[in-house]
Amino acid sequence: MKVLLAKPGLDGHDVGVKVLAHALREAGFEVAYTGLRKSIGQIADQAQKLNPDVIGLSILSGSHLILCAKMREELERRKLNIPWIVGGNIPDQDVKSLIELGARCAFPSGTRIEEVIRYFEGMKQTTG
Amino acid sequence: MSNGDRKQEQTADEKRVFLESGIEVKTLYTREDALAGNPQLDAELPGQFPFTRGIHPLMYRKRPFTMRQYAGFASPEETNERFHFLIRNGQTGLNVAFDLPTQCGLDSDDPAALGEVGRVGMAVDSLDDFERAFAGIDLSKITVSMTINGSALVLMAMYFALAEKWGYDLSTLRGTAQNDILKEFIGRGTWIFPVDKSVKLVVDTIEYCARNVPRYSPVSVCGYHIRESGANPVQEMAYAFCIAKAYSEETLKRGVPVDEFASRLSYNFDIYGYFFEQIAKFRAGRRLWAKIVREEYGAQKEESCWLRMIAGGGGAGLTKEQPENNIIRTAYFAMVSALSGTQTMALCTYDEAYTIPTEKAAEIALRTMQILTHETGVCDTVDPLGGSYYVETLTNQFETAIRQEMAVVDTWGGIVDAIASGKVQEAIAHQAYQRECDIQQGRIVKVGFNAFYSDEDRQQISFHPYNQEAADKQITRLSQIRAQRNAREVDEALGTLRLDAQAGKNLMPATIRAVKAYATVGEIIRVLREVYGEYEEPVFFNYA
Repeated sequence: MKVLLAKPGLDGHDVGVKVLAHALREAGFEVAYTGLRKSIGQIADQAQKLNPDVIGLSILSGSHLILCAKMREELERRKLNIPWIVGGNIPDQDVKSLIELGARCAFPSGTRIEEVIRYFEGMKQTTG
Repeated sequence: MSNGDRKQEQTADEKRVFLESGIEVKTLYTREDALAGNPQLDAELPGQFPFTRGIHPLMYRKRPFTMRQYAGFASPEETNERFHFLIRNGQTGLNVAFDLPTQCGLDSDDPAALGEVGRVGMAVDSLDDFERAFAGIDLSKITVSMTINGSALVLMAMYFALAEKWGYDLSTLRGTAQNDILKEFIGRGTWIFPVDKSVKLVVDTIEYCARNVPRYSPVSVCGYHIRESGANPVQEMAYAFCIAKAYSEETLKRGVPVDEFASRLSYNFDIYGYFFEQIAKFRAGRRLWAKIVREEYGAQKEESCWLRMIAGGGGAGLTKEQPENNIIRTAYFAMVSALSGTQTMALCTYDEAYTIPTEKAAEIALRTMQILTHETGVCDTVDPLGGSYYVETLTNQFETAIRQEMAVVDTWGGIVDAIASGKVQEAIAHQAYQRECDIQQGRIVKVGFNAFYSDEDRQQISFHPYNQEAADKQITRLSQIRAQRNAREVDEALGTLRLDAQAGKNLMPATIRAVKAYATVGEIIRVLREVYGEYEEPVFFNYA
């Protein structure tokens, strides 16, 4: 299963996303990571090019609602039907809004790695 | 409840203890251990080369460390209010945080700035913002510390332009800029230009300051963010020293004598980790840096050899879970910092793991440092841990270990190449992963997270709301400035900047001219981006 991890916006906190990339790779996933400061358009470009099974956005600056609204628009505009999830510094009260914006799931910082891996494993079973 | 007593299951005889640096800790240390690594131990004194025990003979007896909290205010007006408040209360320094668009060289109306204007600090587009931020402030009475890196050239130019416009003599102007771009490629990430061009711009500022603003500190080399990204304490010091050496050697190539700039370089280090290991780290670092500056660059002045530092923060040592525990953690970190002979201290607030600090949390951090200074007696004598068999032995071991790590960087082709190729970042990211695995599997105990926690502890985090109104106001102000300024003057100044960049000249004079004409941060950075290109991050993960 192919995972594309991405850092949208200007936030430079990338320790977490790199830790997750390592963990996913060790758990047998194929992992690509966009690097820092990508626009949602650039992330969608990468998704079209790499054709991942899932996209993971890492956002710690607090601008997750703004960026995820753009993500939804961009994917709809391009008719890209790739599931996407969000991780980062996300208050509990925003999780519902993120799901409404189209995120499959939102993992606030502090979530245990094994829990995230389990989620991806579950996706693997449904996507085949 | 989980069990944090894993270590005690073994008997004292068989238990082996290792520090983060890999140094093994013995059960007991004696005088022989301390002397073995440093026969000069008894002769070392504070204020004397190599300054292991402190850069001044009297240290905190003369003046305790400066407390300088990092603070972000969304608008120039709020920043101005804060300045006036501090001055009324007898403070003379402020550490200014800038928002991410400013840090990345984007104007507030850039599409990429959407949702980020004024979020984590002051938004600055043109000199007009500085004029409002510093209105009514006597620049000769206050020192401004600017946390700015990728666009530091422009923000420093603005500060100097403001001072000149207001009639101050640049030769007496004081202040500091973080301006350590090499560490931005390792952690924090506000890089803009390719690595070598980025270094060139830092060296431009060092050269310009040495010749024109000699009391200004143009660079604060940050081990801090390297450590926060996953480096162990030895790597933190080693990479920081390699970075400082890279800037220094390029500055020397410009013909600036070492004694004209070395004393203006300072350091920013992290304080989380094992108590005695951290203290040894700073003592060893001070000794080693003094030796490097004297032995490798031939510095004559004592001040050139001083490792001046802010030792603070501690962010990576804090937890989002049971955040009140962070108050206790930062108090220990602060004690480390004081026992290490720091010049300046700043603490992460207890809520900083998940939000921009609340006022209450910021106050507790300040009170923590005040309690330490005034109630514990930690400032009563110089280097109170000097002579501790354990601390002295560790200090010696750390000096050796830092040197060894610096030699590893040499085998990577030097720090600039090692960062450009991503070697340093890869080594650190791998280590961060290992550490996270150790925490998640309980090999490293984090109280309240993987030990001694209960399920009802889950922290509800409240969030710093985005001020859309302030952002809109900033953007309106920016378009007014663009309409009011002399467009020809701006074009000419940007044209000169472009030519100077193409010719490889020092860009500070042309940048000062451009900001005086109210060219914006985004416009100036765009010109340089067109000449230099942009940094492309090495690809760390990709499909096979």
